[in-house]
Amino acid sequence: MSTGLVVLLLIILAGVAPLTRRYLKGMAGWIYAVFPFGGFVYYLSLLPRINAGEVITERFSWIPVYGIDFSFYVDGFGVLFSLIVLGIGTFIMVYAGYYMKPYPMKGRFLGYLALFMASMLGIVVSGNLITMFVFWELTSISSFMLIGYYHEKPEARMAALHALLITGFGGLALIGGFVLLAIPYGTYELSVILTDPAAIQNSNLYVPALLLILVGAFTKSAQFPFHFWLPGAMAAPSPVSAYLHSATMVKAGVFLLARLNPVLGGTDLWMILLTTFGATTMVVGAWLSITQTDLKRILAYTTVSALGTLVLLIGTGTKYAINAAIIFLLVHALYKGTLFMMAGNIEKMTGTRDITKLGGLYKYMPFAAVVMGLALVSMAGIPPLLGFIGKELIYEAKMYAPTARVVLIAASFFTNVVLVFLSFRLFFDVFKGTEPSYEKKPAAPSLALIIGPFFLVLASLVLGVYPTAIATPLTSQAVLSISPFIEAITLKIWHGFNLVLGLSALTVLSGYLMYRHKKKVFIVADKLNIKYFTREFSRTFTTSIDSFLVFAKGQTKNLQHGYHRFYLMTVFVVASVLVWTMIWRADPIILEINFSEMPLNLVAVVVLIIAAALSAVTSHSRVIALVAMGVIGFGIAIIFIAFSGTDLAITMILVETLMIILAMALLLQLPAYKIYSDTGARMRDGLVAVLVGSFMMVMVLQAGTSQLGEPISEFFKEKSYTEAFGRNIVNVILVDFRALDTLGEITVIAIAALGIYSMIKFTKNKQV
Amino acid sequence: MILYILCFILFLVGLYGVITRRNVIKIVLGICIMEYSLNLLLILIGYVDEGVAPIVVRETMASKFVDPLPQAMVLTVIVIGLATTAMLLAIAIRVYKKHGTFDIREIKNLKG
Repeated sequence: MSTGLVVLLLIILAGVAPLTRRYLKGMAGWIYAVFPFGGFVYYLSLLPRINAGEVITERFSWIPVYGIDFSFYVDGFGVLFSLIVLGIGTFIMVYAGYYMKPYPMKGRFLGYLALFMASMLGIVVSGNLITMFVFWELTSISSFMLIGYYHEKPEARMAALHALLITGFGGLALIGGFVLLAIPYGTYELSVILTDPAAIQNSNLYVPALLLILVGAFTKSAQFPFHFWLPGAMAAPSPVSAYLHSATMVKAGVFLLARLNPVLGGTDLWMILLTTFGATTMVVGAWLSITQTDLKRILAYTTVSALGTLVLLIGTGTKYAINAAIIFLLVHALYKGTLFMMAGNIEKMTGTRDITKLGGLYKYMPFAAVVMGLALVSMAGIPPLLGFIGKELIYEAKMYAPTARVVLIAASFFTNVVLVFLSFRLFFDVFKGTEPSYEKKPAAPSLALIIGPFFLVLASLVLGVYPTAIATPLTSQAVLSISPFIEAITLKIWHGFNLVLGLSALTVLSGYLMYRHKKKVFIVADKLNIKYFTREFSRTFTTSIDSFLVFAKGQTKNLQHGYHRFYLMTVFVVASVLVWTMIWRADPIILEINFSEMPLNLVAVVVLIIAAALSAVTSHSRVIALVAMGVIGFGIAIIFIAFSGTDLAITMILVETLMIILAMALLLQLPAYKIYSDTGARMRDGLVAVLVGSFMMVMVLQAGTSQLGEPISEFFKEKSYTEAFGRNIVNVILVDFRALDTLGEITVIAIAALGIYSMIKFTKNKQV
Repeated sequence: MILYILCFILFLVGLYGVITRRNVIKIVLGICIMEYSLNLLLILIGYVDEGVAPIVVRETMASKFVDPLPQAMVLTVIVIGLATTAMLLAIAIRVYKKHGTFDIREIKNLKG
């Protein structure tokens, strides 16, 4: 078994799930969950090797010319992330299999979910920047499918489109960043790039590469000002929110930053950008979550806030910060996955997820309440859950931050107070308090719906209680992968009485007070929101997209106007101007003008033809136009005779006669010409015609004087009688030497005849 | 030489028709005229001074044939031209029946 095989198996599952779902019925979720669970066990078995300091790599050639391979690179951080992806993925599969029961196209949904799982796992284990990018984009696409799953709802489609546009835009920036990053190394292999930060940091490419990669990471991880797509994405079914928008996909940006920290990190620019954006996102997310009433939107904004915290920690880059980032990543995935699944459960059982319409659910679902309560304890950072250790570390990281310590501590204090407040609110307002009238009597969620949240909370609890024994082996190597010069600190739940503990206690107390006075809090927050935050980012984004569409439409209208005359004119004018410039700059062309005497009768024919051509184009009468065409045709036939083209003359006369009869027969059924052209544009059009016509003439005269190869005519002249036994050389060419061409010609005629027949014959019945 | 100029003028008139006319039928006629001018040109290029039609009369080959190759080509062009012109006219009539006009500006539904 190999690391890449797990990804492959999940991709296969994505294809198989839509086809097999209907045969497996309710068991589908459980059976599909075996795949990620198998992967989970496999990666768990790698852990001893990883902890011994090994990095597992695999490589399959893809486009070797460009140094692009399918390669896998599993180190401590990769393993930790894979375990999160596959572990939570297992439970999500079970959960989704049951949760999606009432909806159509469940099989397809589970397939998308498996595809997403595969691509997310691909990101975290890939060892080549391009491989990673491919998986990165795959997560964007599968996320689009999943968010837009309720595709009959316009807001779901809109949210899916927003998420796709934002992450797709980030993806474009990211590939640019990757390409720039790889230039100094000459390879896309992470194993090479990660070991030599100096190569990029001393090159001019550092700043552009960094900025582009940050755009990619920030869009994916919903950092301010791109944060708005994440709450919008709550239009997705709950399993999707629980998986993509809390534990995995939105963490991809954080993952990328952590993964590239050894290469790109450590500079002032890196630190300033990451801490600024991270801290802003953290505070904005927390602030906006206060006034939300939709359970999932509350969770979404706290997720935004948590992502900001992670970016901030990675940017800070100290020993405590990196340790805190790893622990908090794990903590957050565990409790947020639980909470989202529980939010889905509550919605399923009560028909609403508006927190103001919920209450008193404890007596209907006591077990679920305990599970959710524990997850909230972890979110609030109260012992003995892992969340407590995470929060302690975050505070400690701020204490030892190199700069702006006070601001950072204040920001994270505020954020944590809000988290505590929300924990109280999410528990007491949902499970306790007065019971509103529910549409249907709430029931306890079934096993498949509660098993996932239960095990995730259990993991939080066990890791929190036994930090040294269980949490440390999981995370210590991950810290080393992010920053090779930092050692993992020993995780403890009890640090003794110190400043951090005091800060924690103060946080909890403030959060509790805030909950006690929540009405006042809401009033103040609403006032501030109305005063300062009226401009919604998602609306700004929508309007800018709309105006861009209008702009594009205008452009298209100008360029693709649908008027064939102007297309032709563009083509002709551009071609003739180009050729004229070339002629202008080339050596002068000597035209052999040779006014040899021409019989007077031929001159008369020429004049006749020109007059006829003019009247054919300008006359307002069909009959005159067609007669004029006949005159041209016969005149040309006469010229052919004069130039010894007897066969041509015969053909021409026949064809011309046929043509005129045909055209008359067809056109006389229809009403007379109307004058369609306006006179204003004629001068311009005439000019274009002269320009193009003269360029054609020069070209042709030039072509007539130059000979590029030996003419083949001599061959025909010689062999016509001796080998093909025909005296009329033209005829011999047509029916003997080039007989196949003639066959093709006959085919063309036949097809045209069929086309004309069908067009004329079958129109009458199908008048539109 | 005057015939070369005729070619040029014919081509020009045809082109003018194609560009300026909005009537589909006129556009078809313009295309036809351009085609004629090209045929004529090819024949002129293949002409040899005082040449005779490329028909072997006696066993011995006459030396002053005009070039038979352009003639063969032009013959093909004329016949194919007949087919395309007929096709174009049929399309024009079809379009007329559908839209009730020959004016290409009015026929918007053809736009992609």
